[in-house]
Amino acid sequence: MTDTDEKRSIIRMFHVHRNYGTKKALIDITLDIFKNDFVFLTGASGAGKTTLLKLLYLAEPVSEGQVLIDGMNISRIPRKRVAFLRRKFGIIFQDYKLIANRNVFDNVSLVLEAAGKKRRLIQKRVRGVLRLVGMEDRLTALPPSLSGGEQQRIAVARAIIGDPKIILADEPTGSLDDDSANIIMKLLNGVHIRGATVIIATHDKALIRKTGGRVLLLKQGRLQGSSIIEKHYDNSIF
Amino acid sequence: MIILFFKRALKDFRNNRLLNLITLLTISLSILIVSAFILFFINTSEIMNFWKKGLRVMAYLKSDFPPSQLTALSGQILTLPAVETVRFISKETALNQLKSQMKRQASLFENLDKNPLPDALEIQLNAKSQSWEKVEVLATQIEALDAVQEVEYGQRWLGRFTQIFNLFRLTGYTMCGIFFMAAVFIVANTIRLVIYSRRDEIEIMRLVGAAEHFIKIPFYFQGLMQGAAGAGIALAVLFMAYWSMASNIEQGFFSGLFNVRFLSPLMAALIILLSMLVGWLGSYISLKQYLKR
Ligand SMILES: Nc1ncnc2c1ncn2[C@@H]1O[C@H](COP(=O)(O)OP(=O)(O)OP(=O)(O)O)[C@@H](O)[C@H]1O
Ligand SMILES: [Mg+2]
Repeated sequence: MTDTDEKRSIIRMFHVHRNYGTKKALIDITLDIFKNDFVFLTGASGAGKTTLLKLLYLAEPVSEGQVLIDGMNISRIPRKRVAFLRRKFGIIFQDYKLIANRNVFDNVSLVLEAAGKKRRLIQKRVRGVLRLVGMEDRLTALPPSLSGGEQQRIAVARAIIGDPKIILADEPTGSLDDDSANIIMKLLNGVHIRGATVIIATHDKALIRKTGGRVLLLKQGRLQGSSIIEKHYDNSIF
Repeated sequence: MIILFFKRALKDFRNNRLLNLITLLTISLSILIVSAFILFFINTSEIMNFWKKGLRVMAYLKSDFPPSQLTALSGQILTLPAVETVRFISKETALNQLKSQMKRQASLFENLDKNPLPDALEIQLNAKSQSWEKVEVLATQIEALDAVQEVEYGQRWLGRFTQIFNLFRLTGYTMCGIFFMAAVFIVANTIRLVIYSRRDEIEIMRLVGAAEHFIKIPFYFQGLMQGAAGAGIALAVLFMAYWSMASNIEQGFFSGLFNVRFLSPLMAALIILLSMLVGWLGSYISLKQYLKR
């Protein structure tokens, strides 16, 4: 590790373990993710991708080891600062986690309301971001009435609306057709270009090949390696 | 921000209508009972005070009491701790008073050659001693004086009534306390159920970076609003009951003797505040239990 690495790092993990009882979900993970990286976290089902993301956004505690986010040691963050830390993240959950009895607008505006933004600004931003994901005409729809792809797009809108430093996307294209998946990858590319660090957990190798980026491979809770995959245009899809 | 929280609380009311209605009903019932008690006490205390104002002891002096010693006797009585004032009413004054009160029966007095009434001292009690125990003590003290023939003071039943009234008041306070706690408990329970029904939402709010107070405030709002609305309903019902009863009383037996009053605006405001406190406490308890993490 050099000094410059330290300056560029936005997420650092040192010998991190996560155990569920006797089950070891993550074993001795040490890694660095740099500012404005575009990282894929890949591995078979059960490899620990979701678990690793959960440690980052403090949904679960680290069993052993240290995690630094933007220079802060997350195990030392007082409870009251947790919400504040989470606002650095825009999270796209594997199961979307949209609030079922609140409409599209409310689901997305929640992030800005929680951050204490002004109402007028919220109105503008929510409409803007929903236009971006192509859902501006579904403001009052309730999530259960939307298709999987549409819900996924709302989840993306919610993740990017607060201009977070880091995007955590857990299988963002999971059960989507290629067109919907492309829309979402374009959106994530967009926030990456605007300066965010993007971490995508996926087991979709085709997606990684198509998009390109840094790849972290997990195997049964261990980090197997890190490599750079060059963007590869597969024109046959279009 | 406040508008937002207010809206969210209202929305939640609509989403959990039955639950919220039951809570509202419980609060208003409890508050109704409590404020009915308060209303009753305010009015009975008023009547009691009215009667107590007439709380005085009359000491009738022996017929051979020499007027020259009057100042000394008054001074002696004045040293008793419960006494406020002592006023001498001569038998002539008393007779004149009696005559003017009984003008129609003036013939009765015509063939009186001698004033049959005794001289008397009217003894007023000071404010601290307006209780029946004190009056009784004072009366015995005065009766023991040589110059005093007889002592007379208010009707005994009033003393009895005071005792019953005090007992009743004690029960009233206890009941109010119980209803207060019951209301808090029920609000806590509703809010608990509402929190439970919204646990996914709360979890999601947390994950997108909502601070605890942002999550909690709508529940507090809900509690406060339930309290305010419950008190509003209770006071409205109480006022209607009061209104129909007061018009009956005023026409009837007690008319003119005293007037029945409703709660003062200050008292009504206090009751609404109390009810809001109930709502707030209920929310506080359930939030404390459920949002520990
Ligand atoms: N709450 C939990 N309790 C016990 N075991 C858990 C828990 N959460 C995850 N695990 C276990 O940890 C391991 C890693 O799970 P994780 O969800 O991180 O996998 P994943 O890589 O995201 O898989 P997928 O691709 O299917 O989403 C799995 O074996 C899982 O059974
Ligand atoms: Mg997963």
